[in-house]
Amino acid sequence: MDHILTYMTFIPLAGMAFILCMPGGATKAIRLTALGFTIPPLLMALWLFANFDRSTEAMQFMERAQWIPSFNIQYIMGVDGLSVTMILLTALLCPICILASWNIEKGVKGYFALFLLLDAGMTGVFCALDFFLFYIFWEVMLLPMYFLIGIWGGARREYAAIKFFLYTLAGSVLMMIAMLALYFYNEPHTFDMLVLMDNAGTYSRTFQTWTWLALFIGFAIKIPAFPFHTWLPDAHVEAPTAISVILAGVLLKMGTYGILRFCYPMLPLATQDMAFWALAALGTWNIVYGALCAMAQTDMKKLVAYSSISHMGYVMLGMATMTVQGINGAVLQMFNHGTITAMLFLLVGVIYDRAHHRRIDGFGGLASVMPVYTGIMVIAFFAAMGLPGLSAFISEVLVLLGAWQYSPGLAIVAASAVVLTAGYMLWMLQRVWLGPVNEEYASMPDVNAREILMLAPLAVIVIVLGVYPHAILDLINTSLTAINNTVLSAVPPVASLPLDVLP
Amino acid sequence: MNLNNIQSLPFSLPEGLLAVGVVGLFLLELVVKRKALLGELALVITAAVTCLVAMQSGGQEGLLFGGMVALDGFSIFFKLLLGLAGFGAVWMSLGSDEMRDEHPGEYYALLLSVTLGMFYMASATNMLMAYLALEFVSQVSYVLTGFIRGSRRGAEAALKYLVYGGVASGAMLYGMSLIYGLTGSLDYAVISQVMAGLGSGGVDGAVVAGAQPVIYLALVLVLAGVGYKIAMVPFHMWSPDVYEGAPLPVTALLSVGSKAAGFAMMIRFFYPAVSAYDGDGNWLAAAGVDWQSLLVVASMVTMTLGNVAALRQDNLKRLLAYSSIAHAGYMLMGFVVMADDGLRAMMFYMVVYYIMNLGAFTVLLMVLNQSGREDIEAFKGLAWRGGALPAAAMLIFMLSLAGLPPFAGFIGKFYLFAAVIRQEMWVLAVVGGVNSVVSLYYYARIVRSMYLDQPAEDAPQFVADRHNGLLVGVLAVATLVFGVWWRPVVALADRSLSFFTG
Repeated sequence: MDHILTYMTFIPLAGMAFILCMPGGATKAIRLTALGFTIPPLLMALWLFANFDRSTEAMQFMERAQWIPSFNIQYIMGVDGLSVTMILLTALLCPICILASWNIEKGVKGYFALFLLLDAGMTGVFCALDFFLFYIFWEVMLLPMYFLIGIWGGARREYAAIKFFLYTLAGSVLMMIAMLALYFYNEPHTFDMLVLMDNAGTYSRTFQTWTWLALFIGFAIKIPAFPFHTWLPDAHVEAPTAISVILAGVLLKMGTYGILRFCYPMLPLATQDMAFWALAALGTWNIVYGALCAMAQTDMKKLVAYSSISHMGYVMLGMATMTVQGINGAVLQMFNHGTITAMLFLLVGVIYDRAHHRRIDGFGGLASVMPVYTGIMVIAFFAAMGLPGLSAFISEVLVLLGAWQYSPGLAIVAASAVVLTAGYMLWMLQRVWLGPVNEEYASMPDVNAREILMLAPLAVIVIVLGVYPHAILDLINTSLTAINNTVLSAVPPVASLPLDVLP
Repeated sequence: MNLNNIQSLPFSLPEGLLAVGVVGLFLLELVVKRKALLGELALVITAAVTCLVAMQSGGQEGLLFGGMVALDGFSIFFKLLLGLAGFGAVWMSLGSDEMRDEHPGEYYALLLSVTLGMFYMASATNMLMAYLALEFVSQVSYVLTGFIRGSRRGAEAALKYLVYGGVASGAMLYGMSLIYGLTGSLDYAVISQVMAGLGSGGVDGAVVAGAQPVIYLALVLVLAGVGYKIAMVPFHMWSPDVYEGAPLPVTALLSVGSKAAGFAMMIRFFYPAVSAYDGDGNWLAAAGVDWQSLLVVASMVTMTLGNVAALRQDNLKRLLAYSSIAHAGYMLMGFVVMADDGLRAMMFYMVVYYIMNLGAFTVLLMVLNQSGREDIEAFKGLAWRGGALPAAAMLIFMLSLAGLPPFAGFIGKFYLFAAVIRQEMWVLAVVGGVNSVVSLYYYARIVRSMYLDQPAEDAPQFVADRHNGLLVGVLAVATLVFGVWWRPVVALADRSLSFFTG
């Protein structure tokens, strides 16, 4: 299949155009069309998964075309193990989110058109191998996100939407400056990420440090790493369920994806210098801070949002260790967190649809009211806690194994934080699902077929990856080992050494 | 080629047609019964003028009228842009309710004259000519600003404009006289030769030492004149009041036309006239006078002040006035790098700025026609009460002005940043970046008002009129298309960056 990545990226865009031409009143047709346009990318992602060559770290399914030759801007698409995993996650979550948006009643046409635009942007970000193209896709996501939160969100939606917009834009502006700095540093000037990576050995240490910082801040806002995280709880709480899923499931991953795709292979010296403070220490702090904040929440969605901050900390810690276990664990954690948090948000959304509030103390004894629902929920909760047999256990253990080799102190802190995670998860479980039944919600209907359809695939993945993590690990290992080796083997460019130390 | 007055005439057809149009419209007003015809005639004239300019493109280059004006790639580029600006202003005036009953003959004649003046601002290669062109544009602009009789706001704005303009052009004239005193000539070509001589030691070294502060002072004074035209801080104070007080089509012309003309004049003066070209895309300031750092600071202050002041504006004309101040700051980023890629980036940006800003003003005009209001409240829930298409267009213009991809404004900013970063001017780049973020806040306020706010219960249905809607549609599509396929514009800017100096 030639041009598969282009198809995957632009089929949702075609879907957007198609939906915009449909009459606004045909809500059912619009929903089905939107779903229809997210299915082909999913099938293609599965095809990619099956046909991806796991033995090489080279980019695969490459496409290359000239775009603006006078500035050497190209259209380059291609995937390695890291990006193919993320594409799989995106393609998987998008149809699920369409299903989760089924009961959106207001401005249906606009909602699904914007959603498909968002889908195209996300897929594009993970496929693009030209920095300029990457940047365009990265920015294209902002606008639909702004509207999806701002129009279809909760009470404080306008504030949350603009906060998200401004934070992310601030990060991307720094990214643009770093992008141009890289462009002009290379001779001949280029945005081709493969060339930028190949030339990494020639970048001076000072240049790497500054560029690294600019890129890192851009990505850290997306992760979101402390202290750039404050947009996240607002955005998550106000966004409609499906958008929270996309935010937590895919958008947060872009931060760590960016660090692995840009900072690691392009600026390896700076990565060596910065990894401890900017990634490992900050990541550990994220784990603890996120967990403590989650514990203090009274809103279920906000609790899940803070738990995301905590779980993304493991990703940062894992990649900072620069060990094979750590970095593999980090990317596996990205995938697992994408599926588990998606489940958590969907589950909260299910209750919210019925009760129209999310206060943890407003329920009680839901387990006897909604048994099927509770069954699925228990899987998600225990997965989030990192219980053995479920997917997150493997990735967290890999991260901690890496961390132990890197810095036992941080490993101990990170490992102890699992207790905090169990604390807030179980506490919420107990207050909402156990105990005496709250009479007000005694007749709440259990999950319906549509809701099972969106939750079951994720639950299956969580269980399967818990016992057979190699499905993903095989995919990522070669690429990540190569990226890791680039960083480990980086030495300062010869030209920057004083002349007299040379023989 | 260097032509005398008679020989120059065949090469001045666009200007000639404009002049004929000015006189013709004055006279026709006396005889024509159907007044709308005058506006339509003005529209045809501006369109024809733009076509005539386009036909000059790629033709012979040279100096006309004994070295007074240049016909070169640079002037043709700007004349195209200014012709289109004139066209846009006439088009908007035809669709404007407030201009409906206001002496159309005089009004359109004045619009054509201001276009004519701007043409000469962009092509003048002689200080006298430049000054006259600038004054011509200014005088006509004062009249246009206060054109609606009985409008107190308009009268106040016109007076403010006049006072500021008088001071600025006086300062500029003094600066020019200093340059004349130093070089003995009004002609840019001669000035540049003498300046280069001063830089390399001249006849004797002592001249250089004494000349530097004088040149610096002269340049700063000239900057006052052109800085006021482009609304650069600290010469920007007139612009919010004038933008608010002037009729909307005039405001649009001031923001896209007169700013571009000011920049064209500024580039011609600061680059070919007082700087030396090294043949490799870089320029060196003459006589070692460092006007670059001064303008770096001016650029940063201009964009910051414009953006910060725009944050709290509720009147859209005022908001767009501050936004246009900020955009002058962005364009100055290309000006200060002293290199061809900076100038090209500026030229590219001016095209893009024309498209998106004119579009924004035209949407505002549609809203103004319907509601009689020009504040942000008038946009409330626009998308949900029949104005879905104008709202979508406004969204495109706002995000393009904020510099977000995939809209043309991003590409424009991208080239400006690229030029700045190539020179490793990091502080300027970061300040510019932070400013883009700040600006998003107020552009998004308008978007929010249109989309996120629900219309008031008694809000009337919005009916888009076809005349303005057509212009808005064309500009919105252009903003989108040039956001993903901007090769032709860049090629045009590349080709057009040539100064004929004889």
